[in-house]
Amino acid sequence: MKKRYSLENLGCANCAAHMEADINKLADVKSAKVAFMTQKLVIEADPEKIEEVLDAAQRIITSYEKDCIIKR
Amino acid sequence: MLSLTAVSARTKNLVRVILGTLLFFGLLGAEHLLSLELAQEWRLIAYMVPYLILGIPVLLDACSNLKSGHMFDENFLMGVATIGALALGEYPEAVAVMCFFQIGELFEDYAVDKSRRSISEMMDICPETANIEQDGELVEVDPYEVAEGSIIVVKPGERVPIDGVVVEGLSELDTSALTGESYPREIGVGDEAASGSINLSRTLRIRTTKEFEDSTVSRILELVENAAEEKSPTENFITRFARYYTPVVCGLALLIAFVPPFFTGFDWGSWIERGLIFLVVSCPCALVISVPLSFFGGIGGASRKGIMIKGSNYLEELSRVDTMLFDKTGTLTQGVFAVSEIRPSGVTSDELLELAAHAEAYSNHPIAISVREAFAQVGELQLEEGQVSSAGALRLSRVSDLREVPGQGVVCKIDEEEVLAGNKRLMDAYDIACDDEGVAGTVLHVARTGRYLGRIEVRDMVKDDTEEALRGLAALGVNRRVMLTGDREEVAERVAGQLDLSEYHAGLLPEDKIAYLKQYLAGSSKHDGKHRVAFVGDGINDAPALMAADVGIAMGAMGSDAAIEAADIVLMDDKPSRLVTAIRISRKTMRIVWANIVFALSVKAVIMLLAVPGIANMWLAIFGDVGVTVIAILNAMRALRVK
Repeated sequence: MKKRYSLENLGCANCAAHMEADINKLADVKSAKVAFMTQKLVIEADPEKIEEVLDAAQRIITSYEKDCIIKR
Repeated sequence: MLSLTAVSARTKNLVRVILGTLLFFGLLGAEHLLSLELAQEWRLIAYMVPYLILGIPVLLDACSNLKSGHMFDENFLMGVATIGALALGEYPEAVAVMCFFQIGELFEDYAVDKSRRSISEMMDICPETANIEQDGELVEVDPYEVAEGSIIVVKPGERVPIDGVVVEGLSELDTSALTGESYPREIGVGDEAASGSINLSRTLRIRTTKEFEDSTVSRILELVENAAEEKSPTENFITRFARYYTPVVCGLALLIAFVPPFFTGFDWGSWIERGLIFLVVSCPCALVISVPLSFFGGIGGASRKGIMIKGSNYLEELSRVDTMLFDKTGTLTQGVFAVSEIRPSGVTSDELLELAAHAEAYSNHPIAISVREAFAQVGELQLEEGQVSSAGALRLSRVSDLREVPGQGVVCKIDEEEVLAGNKRLMDAYDIACDDEGVAGTVLHVARTGRYLGRIEVRDMVKDDTEEALRGLAALGVNRRVMLTGDREEVAERVAGQLDLSEYHAGLLPEDKIAYLKQYLAGSSKHDGKHRVAFVGDGINDAPALMAADVGIAMGAMGSDAAIEAADIVLMDDKPSRLVTAIRISRKTMRIVWANIVFALSVKAVIMLLAVPGIANMWLAIFGDVGVTVIAILNAMRALRVK
């Protein structure tokens, strides 16, 4: 299932690229995209595990940009 | 939207950078202009003040990123470079790196914000409320709550919130937000009103034909919003490139700083400085930000022209299209029949049209409708010229004893005289001489009391700008322009004769169209793999072809779900000339993208080459980082501007 979330305070294009690469490496993520210009995270994952996936994604995002938040 | 705390955090940041910059330049000025001479330790302390003001957040970010294991973070690189410069006694250089690095970041934020905003302004076409009538009173409701088939009221100046059909009222609609076309469109009872357009003059009552989330406006917003997610090959390439570029340049920096001194007499300082220059230019910002910014700008600029592109990848593909296949009806032609020629014999053409219109008064056949429309236009024309006449107005009382002959036409009495209106077979049946010579459309012959009065030809007309569009495409190097149609050979030949097409194929079944498309697809990728094949259709019957082509372009998509679904690029209005605009925008965007890539990489490469023998200094490196980023961003923002 594909879900789309807004990212607040995503300010760095290079970080966005790194976040995308790292989130894609998460075990339960089928595919992930971080769109820098529209500040969106599109994530394809098992709907039952989506909350855990988002927590893990948020940790990755924070490690690159500490103010950047996934709006759920 | 920025929250209040975010705004104040931003302002604080801005104040901090300005303060640090002023202090730094004050210090530089004092040293150089006022010849202030400080002892080395005092000089360090003096420069540490602006350095810390400017640098502390950068150093903190660097630390926290390092803790998370992100080695090649730009804050970290800048931190190492500046601390190195300080250690070498290059205080002004160290502060300058920090200072310009952050000015560059502020500029980046500003540019990104600006283009994000210009897109959201464009997307500000979404009405927040809908007016419905309840017990004779107008009530404002959330458009999400309006069920299909409800009657909504749109006052002048308001946006149509939901797609529907006008049931009462006559007005004009401004569809510019959807189509880029500024000329208002007349709308009356029975016409479709697309959501997102603005009602200009009088109140309209509209019966909704969709729910809000399926309406044109919602779908466009969704489409543009999600466009940035489909990344183009170039964008992906740059992201991947950046991932290797930084570590490689950092490795080179280490090599340059610590290997040569062993061979050149241990002059550490000058080699470490060269290494630091590498660190400063190792930042891939200019590339990583300018590429998505350009694509976003191109997509945004196109959407202002009513060209909706579903992703950067399609923008890139479009720029490489050299073969375009067109559906005929509704794409190159208007898809509605209109009278193209009246050839009377012994009566005036107005009289011929009048008789034909009365004879066809009760028919719903497309030909009958176009004849009646032509007759009505004659009336309007005479009215404008101030003549009082009965022309243009059908008087049904004049028609009697009407009988339809299936597959042939109509036999009736008009003003008590027998009138025949139909094809050659009808005329033959009544032994009336007529001919179909030189006709490429459909013909209606008219006879009265056994005497032939002439013929009216009805055709699907080529759109006004089709010819210009095809010429424009040819000029852009779209070398194969192919029309595919299910129509008869004669009709196709006539249309093709008017247009700058390189080929046409007539009499095709839908599956034949796909077969041709596949043939072109195979041919183009076999040639060089560089060129792309686009299919242009009206989106209603062409979904399979739209999906099979490299680039599927649907036209006149206002209100057509199927088209928006199947196509990669959606033209909101039905003007073929938008294809030329779309290709121009795509090529311009790609030029900007590649100009930035080549520019940024070559400047960085030159600086690194100059740094090895010690010709480049830290100031040049700062230009190679921040200067290049700013120039690349400015260049990228050109993509947003569309003529």
